[in-house]
Parts: sequence; structure tokens; C-alpha cells
Amino acid sequence: MKNSGQKRVRGKGAGKGRPVDPAAQAEVSAAIAGIALQRDHLIECLHRIQDGYKHLSARHLTALADLLHLAPAEVYEVATFYHHFDVVREGEQAPPDLTVRVCDSVSCSLFGAEALINNLESQYGEGVRIQRVPCVGRCDAAPVAVVGQNAIGHADAAKVSAAVEKGHESAEVSVDWVRYEAYCSDGGYTLARQCLDDPAVAESIIETLDSSGLRGLGGAGFPAGRKWRILKDQPAPRLMAVNIDEGEPGTFKDRYYLERDPHRFLEGVLIAAQVVGIDSCYLYVRDEYPGVIEILNAAIGELKAQYPAPLPELIVRRGAGAYICGEESAMIESIEGKRGLPRLRPPYVAEVGLFGRATLEHNCETLYWVRDIVDNGADWFANQGRRGRKGLRSFSVSGRVNKPGVHLAPAGISLRELIDEFCGGMLDGHSLYAYFPGGASGGILPAALADEPLDFDTLQPHGCFIGSAAVMVLSDQDQVRDAALNTLKFFAHESCGQCTPCRVGCDRATELMQEAVWDQTLLEELATVMEDASICGLGQAAPNPIRCTIKYFPHEVEDQ
Amino acid sequence: MSTATDISDQVSFTLNDQPVTATSGETILQAARRNGVDIPHLCYADGLATAGNCRACVVEIEGERVLAPSCCRAPSEGMKVSSDNPRARRSQSLVLELLRGEVGDTSHTNDSELDHWCDHYELEQSRFGGRHQPAGDLSHPAIAVNMESCIQCTRCVRACREEQNNDVIGLAFRGAHAQIVFDLGDDMGASSCVGCGECVQACPTGALMPAGNVGLNPIDKKVDSVCPYCGVGCLLTYHVKDNEIQYVTGRNGPANKGRLCVKGRYGFDYVSHPDRLTQPMIRKEGVPKGLNEFFDPTDPSKMFRPATWDEALDHAAQGLKSVKDSSGSKGLAGFGSAKGSNEEAYLFQKLVRTGFGTNNVDHCTRLCHASSVAALLEGIGSGAVSNQVEDAAHAEVIVVIGANPTGNHPVAATFIKNAARRGATLIVMDPRRTELARHAKHFLQFKADTDVALLNAMIHTIIDENLVDEEFIASRTNNFEELKERVKDFSPEEMAPICGIEADVIRACARAYAASKASIIFWGMGISQHVHGTDNARCLIALSLMTGQIGRPGTGLHPLRGQNNVQGASDAGLIPMMLPDYRRVDNAEASEFFSRYWHTELDPNPGLTVVEIMDKAYEGEIRGMYIMGENPAMSDPDLNHSRAGLAALDHMVLQDIFLTETAAFADVLLPASAFPEKTGTFSNTDRRVQVGRQALDCPGEARQDLWIIQELAKRLGLDWNYPEAKDVFEEMRGAMPSIAGMTWERLETEHSITYPCEGDSDPGQGVVFIDDFPTADGRGRFVPASLESANELPDTDYPFVLITGRQLEHWHTGSMTRRSQVLNAIEPEPVVSAHPDDLDKMGVVEGGTIKVASRRGEVVALARADRGMRPGEVFIPFCYHEAAANLLTNAALDPVGKIAEVKYCAVRVSAA
Repeated sequence: MKNSGQKRVRGKGAGKGRPVDPAAQAEVSAAIAGIALQRDHLIECLHRIQDGYKHLSARHLTALADLLHLAPAEVYEVATFYHHFDVVREGEQAPPDLTVRVCDSVSCSLFGAEALINNLESQYGEGVRIQRVPCVGRCDAAPVAVVGQNAIGHADAAKVSAAVEKGHESAEVSVDWVRYEAYCSDGGYTLARQCLDDPAVAESIIETLDSSGLRGLGGAGFPAGRKWRILKDQPAPRLMAVNIDEGEPGTFKDRYYLERDPHRFLEGVLIAAQVVGIDSCYLYVRDEYPGVIEILNAAIGELKAQYPAPLPELIVRRGAGAYICGEESAMIESIEGKRGLPRLRPPYVAEVGLFGRATLEHNCETLYWVRDIVDNGADWFANQGRRGRKGLRSFSVSGRVNKPGVHLAPAGISLRELIDEFCGGMLDGHSLYAYFPGGASGGILPAALADEPLDFDTLQPHGCFIGSAAVMVLSDQDQVRDAALNTLKFFAHESCGQCTPCRVGCDRATELMQEAVWDQTLLEELATVMEDASICGLGQAAPNPIRCTIKYFPHEVEDQ
Repeated sequence: MSTATDISDQVSFTLNDQPVTATSGETILQAARRNGVDIPHLCYADGLATAGNCRACVVEIEGERVLAPSCCRAPSEGMKVSSDNPRARRSQSLVLELLRGEVGDTSHTNDSELDHWCDHYELEQSRFGGRHQPAGDLSHPAIAVNMESCIQCTRCVRACREEQNNDVIGLAFRGAHAQIVFDLGDDMGASSCVGCGECVQACPTGALMPAGNVGLNPIDKKVDSVCPYCGVGCLLTYHVKDNEIQYVTGRNGPANKGRLCVKGRYGFDYVSHPDRLTQPMIRKEGVPKGLNEFFDPTDPSKMFRPATWDEALDHAAQGLKSVKDSSGSKGLAGFGSAKGSNEEAYLFQKLVRTGFGTNNVDHCTRLCHASSVAALLEGIGSGAVSNQVEDAAHAEVIVVIGANPTGNHPVAATFIKNAARRGATLIVMDPRRTELARHAKHFLQFKADTDVALLNAMIHTIIDENLVDEEFIASRTNNFEELKERVKDFSPEEMAPICGIEADVIRACARAYAASKASIIFWGMGISQHVHGTDNARCLIALSLMTGQIGRPGTGLHPLRGQNNVQGASDAGLIPMMLPDYRRVDNAEASEFFSRYWHTELDPNPGLTVVEIMDKAYEGEIRGMYIMGENPAMSDPDLNHSRAGLAALDHMVLQDIFLTETAAFADVLLPASAFPEKTGTFSNTDRRVQVGRQALDCPGEARQDLWIIQELAKRLGLDWNYPEAKDVFEEMRGAMPSIAGMTWERLETEHSITYPCEGDSDPGQGVVFIDDFPTADGRGRFVPASLESANELPDTDYPFVLITGRQLEHWHTGSMTRRSQVLNAIEPEPVVSAHPDDLDKMGVVEGGTIKVASRRGEVVALARADRGMRPGEVFIPFCYHEAAANLLTNAALDPVGKIAEVKYCAVRVSAA
């Protein structure tokens, strides 16, 4: 992480700073050909260079800064912020051409990620880089290794070696997604075109969303209809930013839907753009999903070629390995070509968002449901819940169950029902011990609370939340303290480093959590300052696993 | 603003159960502080954009889920805020404890804000473990980087980026690995850092400190003063111990808002350099004048012998009197200095006019903006700026032409860059691509010498596309038709091949300038130092008049003044054709007024200018000179010629602080006071009169300049008695209506007052020409310019163009800055900047030696590869005596402004 290369010294007669090497500039110009030289394209430019040269050399960064009229520091801080960029300064060793990323988040760890990593490291030595990475969104196939961009589920050393040896390094892209024509034949895009033609339809859609109870499915749960109304009242030009940076460990529902039915999502985008009055829509996809990016681009290509009406500008942006960019304002910063540092609010992104403009920001799945809700009626959606809850939830289930995967289930379903009715029960020989109801940040609940309704707002009394509905199931063969430490290491790895409670707090917490007996008083104090004083949800939620461990699993961390 | 508005702008809220009122724009933290409630804060600093990242200032706001940073939140009506309840205090305290654990044990400052707030909470030790401490970085001559003390608050990043816009510092990596970096994680000394030290001033924990641990020294006194270098006029504070300046901090002056540049902040130690002249001296019998084997700046005794003050002053006066007796008043001349105070300039010119009996008094303004002033006086009746630098903040379009403000007016440049960052359209036009170009929307790297072609093409476009302000032209100007006729042949399409800028770019810039709500033009010596310098400036004046871009905030004409008091020295009459306040010597009324005011007859004929005086000295008509603080043996064009002129003088009295190159030609040396050793007023480029205050005693027998001038005056038969600077200023005020409203008491309390300031209650007028121009009929006048080439064009013998100028670190002829340890360490050796392709062709690598020769002389210096140069053009800063650029320059004069063409001559460049 830190610089280890040679120290640069100013040469005799030389001016200040790094001169631009004309050869490097020519190489960079070629690499970024076709990209407009503007600041918000910085990350895409870095991707092109990283893709081409497998790392970012100091001379290329200097040349890129010059081309973009940026200062070298502005380029360097962005390049070093994102984990998918490898900055190599003079005298530093460039990484090997091939990187195998092995997920070491909770679900993959349950299924032997650690052993796999050790195995691969001893097998490959210096020739192939074996890199521990956080969740790659394939937890139903844990453990997962990604050779180049080729994701291998249920990975073992043999499968990985086979891919490495055969040079299978490209993403395997799903081919059976619903194409434009098929989607239209089922009435697709009818609604989008109706609201283009008829303002009354547009207005009625907001009402339908209101009564359906559709809430933001990225985790925050803000009522969708209300958000559209707020945006409509903001001064034009307004922008849309769609969050497909699905990084919450355990979550893979957005990938699931986009790999199958991207046009249903895109129709949601078009409808929102039309109803709210938006000309440009930015779709921010995590870099771990190259297949999704390819499908989205293909679907947008179909749309551009075949859609019979004017389209808003649809711009796909690629993340670069940063969980924090799933935070709404950090994502906006990233789209602007900057480090993903969450912004302080107020002002809210609805008022001052992307490029300083009012911005409608949505999770992918929220938009995915718009057509179905309007076509089937608000009640269809609202009536699906259990225990008085409304709507459907796409649960990404992983861990010790027989059928992990995305399960569309009624809101308010209990964990026990979810496992029994949708997941084929617990794995043989495993009995339920604990579960994460909402990814790494949603806390950890004990089996005793497996009958609570899973939905927005229902788990707060227990110190948890459902978030993106990523359920990770632990059994009697697992230790919660290990899982909790795993998540805190994840938060420390993914903290943007901006605010003290999160930057220092996550790091100190992981130290304290490695003690056999936890200093619960100090950890509780730390948890309080992290929750109360962090800038964004990452730092505020990061203590949840600590507190849940102390509250529900004290026997694991106390003196026996 | 009405009282009613004030009330409606106020917000009432409760803070710790007490009712509090916040004013509009105030944050909770600011309102709390104003009401005596302390809230810890580290990442917040007055004047910097807020970041809200340290979280030490969090408070509880009723109804909100989490705590809020009080530094970033504005209170709303009825809000209930608690900064001292257990919940708020727990977070404040724990944040401090976490940071306490992060930093190392060695303290690098006596003023750590982290220590202060930890003391506030009685936190001695942290219960949390620390981080692996990064190594220190002592690579920069001025700044020590102690990252073990860093708390990642980013105040340095914001100071570097948002305030100074130097963009050197970044926060790289992520999470607990986040670290402050320079460029690509380089050592500060190897980075593009310009050493402004804004980051040091911003750092709350001593992670960035002045080098050499001087920040740990106790201080005897702090003295509020002004920067001695460029015309920006930054207010600063000297921190003094044992009659030595330890360090300097920026003060919140109207021209600098607390900012400084590397010279102002670190270039103060010249005053205690061992080379200081500390006793009066007289030339040894038989030692020849000139830069010969007897000349040694470190040891004046090789050329001079010590004398008492009486002996030296008597000798000085006697020599001048002899010349007057033998050759008359016209045989005498004086060069004052743009570095001296207004009071010194005033007394100096009064001495020459009343004691010598001649108007042969001038100073280096002649070599700076004489042509600009000539054009301005002719066009709009006043040579001073119409709008202040701060007006960049109100401009939509900012044009900077023939200037390198990031190097020469660094703090002014920060405000221009701030404006560009805010969204103003910055148009930079210069033959050299300097740092400012990175911030520009349009950068026009035109061929040197083709200013008129480029500017007339803009004027043509504005007329052609009917973007003129017809009403302004009709009501406030004369002679537009002549301009219109003249520029007919200057279409951008025809001018493009001449100036090297594509026609559509010229048109785009012309449109932007003309159509914006407010456009301002800044220019420097790239405009003025040409034989067509006056014409260049005429074009700029025409642009502003024809579009009505003058007389309002954010508009106008601003020639950036080079020296700290070049404006004030000219105002005070240190120029041969004008008495104080620009009253012409040949104006009977003015002459009569000053004759009465000074109780003596005055010469009604304009005197000679700088270059003319050197010519006349060479020819033997000028035989005696009094030079105070100027260094014509380095600063004048065609040095071999001017040095011969100096050598030919019968008698030369030099008053200075060092044995400058000019001293090699002196008969008497009068050791003078350095800037921090005296009190006086200085007028910056904005027409702000500001007070410099004495911080140090003079070394040895060196004396204050006002005393020396008066002692000489006494010996020339003048009955003067001005005990202090304020007594001189009082006399000036009586003769200069523009400053009549500035009493010394006002200056003392207000520190900076803009003129015109005509009455006691006049706050000073930043924007002038609002309703009319100070011309006979109140109208501005268009003076069309024709295409004229430089006096000496490149040819096969001398195929390159030489451009001269300054460097950020070095001041004028380098006499002060090259004796400043920090500044000389950053730029220690003379360099020739050239395009790398040109160097390749010569077979020279960067750092190799290169010879530059003109028809008048040659120098050898190190090659610097600079892609900002146009191929075929080279640049040499004129501050290096060992490679004096002015040995090469051409003394050809602009016929109107009498300024020499030091920006352009033909040279031959080769490997040495």
C-alpha cells in the first residue's frame, strides 16, 4: 500500500515537479483514444491504462494529468484510492500480468476461502498475484475466485489452476438474457412510451408507486414515489444516477436481475427520467461485474438502435473496486472522476448531487420493479407481505443453507421461513446458530431471533437492519466472533479514510477484536463514537457486528 | 444593507439550553465561538473551506439520528443544539483520544491544536494503539514534513488546493492507509511544491513546519508589517527573537487574505546575511571602478575603506556639489527605488528637485510599466489600475496577457485561479506556457512580439460581430471611428499566421470577453517591455472601452505592478516628468504649487529617464549621481553599455544594504536599512497604501534611509527636519489630494487604505472610472495601434528569440533573494529555459551548460527543458549576476514610454 520505490530527486537545472515524458504521453493518448479529456473521465482513463499495461506507472500518471489539465496529485490520489488500480512508481515491482482475486468475505470464508488462498499462494509464488478481495457478489457459489475477470464459483485450487493454465481470463457473460424484441413482445416499453406521450400517465405513476409502498431497495428504504416528487420540484437540469455498485457483502440480487432481464431495469430508468424530467442518466456498475457491464451496454445498444422514441442519455460508468462508492454521495464523487469520499449532508443529493445538480439516485432493483408495479397495480405489490409488511424483497441468501441464491419472497418473512420455504433448509449436519439479516453492516442475530419479520424498520430494536436483504446464515460449526472480525476487517479495508471515527475506529476495532477476551467497555465506547460521529453509513453501521457479538454471543468473547 | 434585512437574516436557536442568535452564513461552531462556547475542532480553520472530517466538533441536534459536525452545519430557526451534553462530549473526547493515539510522541510545534483540545479534555494518553509512523521528509529547504504528527485533517490539502490552487498536496490511498502526499507521493523537495508555506500555516499539529525547528523557538515579539517583495502587497507578521526574524506568517490583509508566497514567507533572512553593509565607506584611492578584481560582494574592503558617517556624508555631498558647480544641475541625476517607502521616494525626489535643481530623477518603473502608464494616461487619464485584484472574484471573464503571475505575483495569481475554479472563464495569452495556463479555458501561446496582431484581431472581431457597447462608446469615449478604420485589415484570419493563433480561437476569446457581464484584463511586462509596449497597452485599453468593460466591479484594466512600491514611488513623484500625484513638471500651476510648498524654484523641464540618464552618463553629460537601492548595473538593458555609463561618472553615491554590482562604480557607500528595519508606507498594485513597521534594529552602523537622505539634504543646503516617516507622510498628504483623507492614525489602525481617499471618512475607492475618466473632457480615448516589429528580429546569425523575466524565488536583480538561504537553495543557479526539442537539436541535456550570445554580450547557464517554451524562443531570468541576462538585451526604446525592449532580442544558442 505505501510507497516503497526509489525517492525521486530534482535534477540539476530542472524545474519543479515531474516533467512529462513525450513517449509516455503518446502511449496514454493511444490508450485513452476516444475518451473526451474531461475530469469526470479520469477513472475510465485510468481503467484503459490499467487494462492495457496491467498497472499504472508514474510516467503514465504524469502524462495523463497533463492531458486532463489536472495536477499530478489529483490523479495520484484517485489512482491510489481504488483497489483495482495498481500504481507503480519508479523502482517498484509491477504486479504480475495475471491477478487471481479470491473473495475472503463472510460467506466465502465459511466455505474455505482461507485455505484456497493459502493453497494458491504456495502454488503460484511470484508468477501470479493471488489477491484477497472483498465480496464479488457471487456468494451463492462460495468460495469464489476470479481469474483475471473470469469468476469461478465453488472454486478450488484445481479449477483455478485449470483456468490459469488455459488462459481463461475473460468474464463469462450470460447469454440467455431477455433481448429487446423478446422484452417488447411481452408489452415491454409500452409504459415508457405511454408516459412519454401522456403527462397524465406520468403523474399517475408516482401515485401508483406511493400506494405500492415501493421503497429504495439499495438498503436505505426511502419511499420511491416521494423521491420522484422531490426531484420533480428541483430546478432543471436534473440528473439520474443509478447505483449498481452492489458491494455489500452477501448481496448479488442486482447482478441476478441484470444478467437476466436488463430491459426491465432500463424501462424503469426511462420511466423515471420521463416522469421526473431528466436528460442524462448515469449507470454506475461495480468493476467486479464485467458481465453486467457488457450486457447493459448491449441492451443500451439495442435500445438506441430500435427504440422508436427519443431516449435520455444513458451513460455506463465503471467502478474500480471500492465498496464505499455504493454510498450515494460517494458514488456521485466517483462518477465525477474523484475519490469516493461521501459528502457531508445537507445539502442532499436530491438538491445538490452529481455535478452540483439535483440528482435522482436509485438502486438498480428499485427501478427494476417500476414496470411490474404499474402493470400489475399497486396492490399486487403491496399485498404480498407477511406480518403486516408490504411488498416483495429479493433476498440474496448465502451461507449454510441448501439452496443459496436470490429468492424473491414476501417482505416480513422470517429467517426461519426463508430458510425452510425458499432455501431448502439448512445444510446437512448444520443447525442454525446466527445470521446476518442485511449484509456485513446490518448486524448479526442469534437463532433465537429467527422468527422476527425481515423488512425495513423491523430489526432496529435488535440493533440490526435488513439493508439490501443480504442474508448470510451461520451454523453451529461457525463462530460469530470470526464473522464479526471478518466484517470489521472489511470495513477497515473499505473505509474511505475521510473521518476519524471510521478511519481510525475500524482499524483499532480490528485490533481489539483479535484479543481472546474483548475489552467490551472500550469497544462499546468506540462503537458509540463510530455510530454517532462518522460521516456516512459505513462508519455508522460498522460497529453493528461488534455490538451484536457482545449482546447475543458474549460467551465467545468473554473470559470462560 | 437595511436593518430589516439584517434581522431577517438572523437565526435564533438554542445552544446548551441558552438562546443564541446566528448571523446569515454562520455555522453552529462560529456562532458558539462568538458566544464564548468552546467546541473542539481540528479540521476547521477560519478562511478555509470546511471539510467536516475530524469530527471533534460534533454536537447533538434535537431530532437528528446522529451527531452533526458543528463546523459545517448552519443552525436553523428554533434548532436545539447541545455541544456539552454527555453524548456530544463522549464523541468529541473519543475522537481526540483516537487522534492522540495516532500521532507520534515527538512534538514539532508549540502550538498544536490537538494538544490544546486534549488538554481541554484532560486527555493525557490514549487507550488505543497507534499506527506505524511514517518517516519524516526533510527534503524541502523551507518546510519540514513530520508525518508522525499528521491527523489527516486535510487543512494542508485545502490550503494548497482550494486557497493557493497549487494542487501539489493530495490525500492518497484509503482508510487507515490514507496519507498526505506531494504529487505522486514524492518527497516534498522533489515535488512541484512552490514553497508558499500555506500548508504550514494551515497545519494544526506541526506535521508541516518551517525547516530547522524554528517553530519551536520562543518569540520575543510579533510585528505586523507588509511583504517587501512584489506589488501584491501581502500583509504579514514577523516573529522576532533577539533581533532576528524566526519566521513569518500571513496576515489577513485585503490583498492577501492571510496568504503568502515563498518569498514573503521564507525570503526574510537576507537582512542578517554577512554581506550586509554595516559601515559607511569611501572608494580607496586609485582603485578603478568596475566589476574588476577589486569587486567582491563579500568583502567591500577590497574596493573601499571605512569612514565615519560624517566623513562619508560630507564626501558624498561634496562630490555632488562639485558636479553642480562645474556642470550645473543638468549634470546630476538620481535613481530612487521602488523598494523604498512612499516617504523615502517623496524625500528622494524632493532632494533631487530642490537640492540638485533638476528633474533627472527616475526609478525602475521605467523598465517595468512606463509604456502601460503612458498609454493609460493618454487613453483614460490615469496610470493606476482601475480595479483591484480581488475583482477577479466578480469577473466572468479574466484575461491575463504577457504576465506570469504564478511566478511574479503569486498571491494575486491565487485569486485568479480561485476565480477560474469557481467557474470564471480564464483566458491566458503568453508566448510561454506558464503554470497559470493549466487553469485557463483558453490558452493562447502566441508568437513573441505579435501582441498587436492578436489584440487588433480581437478588436476587429468585436466590431465585425457587433459585440461593441455602443452606448458606452457614444457616451464615454472619443475617436472610435479611427480605431474602427484602423482595425479593418486585422481580421483574425489574416492575423492568425502572424501571431500563431487560429482565427476561431481568437474569435472565441473576443466573444467571451465582449459578451460577459464583467471582464477584467491583467497584464504584465510581456505587454510593456517592447518597443511597441505603448501600442500593446493601447489595444488593451481599446478592448475595455469598446465593450464597456470598465468602471464596474469585476471589469477594468490592471497592469500588475512589479515591485512592492512601484505604484507609490511613481505616485510620490519619483519620475522625471511628474511631480507628486502625477502633476506634470511643465504645468505652470503645478510647478507654482510645489515651488510654494517646497519654498524653492523648480526646473520646469521634464528630466531624463533611466535609460536616457545612462546614455548621458556614457556621453559625459551626466557626471554625478545619487542612487538609492537601485541596481542599474544589473537591471538595465545592454549592461555593457550602462556599466560603461556608470564607470564614466565623476561621482556616484550609492545607498544600499549590499555591495551590489552597481556598488562597483560607486565613490561613496552609505549603508542603509533593510525593509524590516524601518517604518513607512507602501502602495501596492491595487492602490492600497499599507504600513510596514520596524521589526529589527539596523546592523552595525547602518542607518535608516530617511535619516540618510536628510543628512545628505542638510549638506546640500536644505533645511529639513522629519523625525519620523509620519512627518513626511503628513507633508505628502498636503500635496497629494488622492491621499488627503489618509491620516497616519487611520493607516495605523486600518493597516491598509485604498486611494483615491479624499476625506477622513472616505473608505477608499477600489473601483474607479465609474462615471467618467480623469481626462480633460471626462471621456476615454481610443488610440489605434499599428503592426510594428521588435527592434531586433532573429536572423541566420542570431536565430533564437530571447525573453527575459523573473523567477518565483528570485527578486529583481537577486541582491536580496540570492542571499536568502531558502530561496537560493530552491533556485541556486542560472538557467536557460528552452523547448526540449531545441535542446535535443543542440545536443544538450537538461543540466548541461548552454551559451547564449547576442550582438551585445554572452552568458553561460544551465539548460532547463521546458515544454512550455515555443521552439525557437528561450527564457533567462535576469537575477543571476553570473549569467546576467541584461548583458544580452536590447536597449531600444518604446518611443512613448521610453521603456527598453528587454522582452525581445535575437540570440544565438549553443552547447557550451
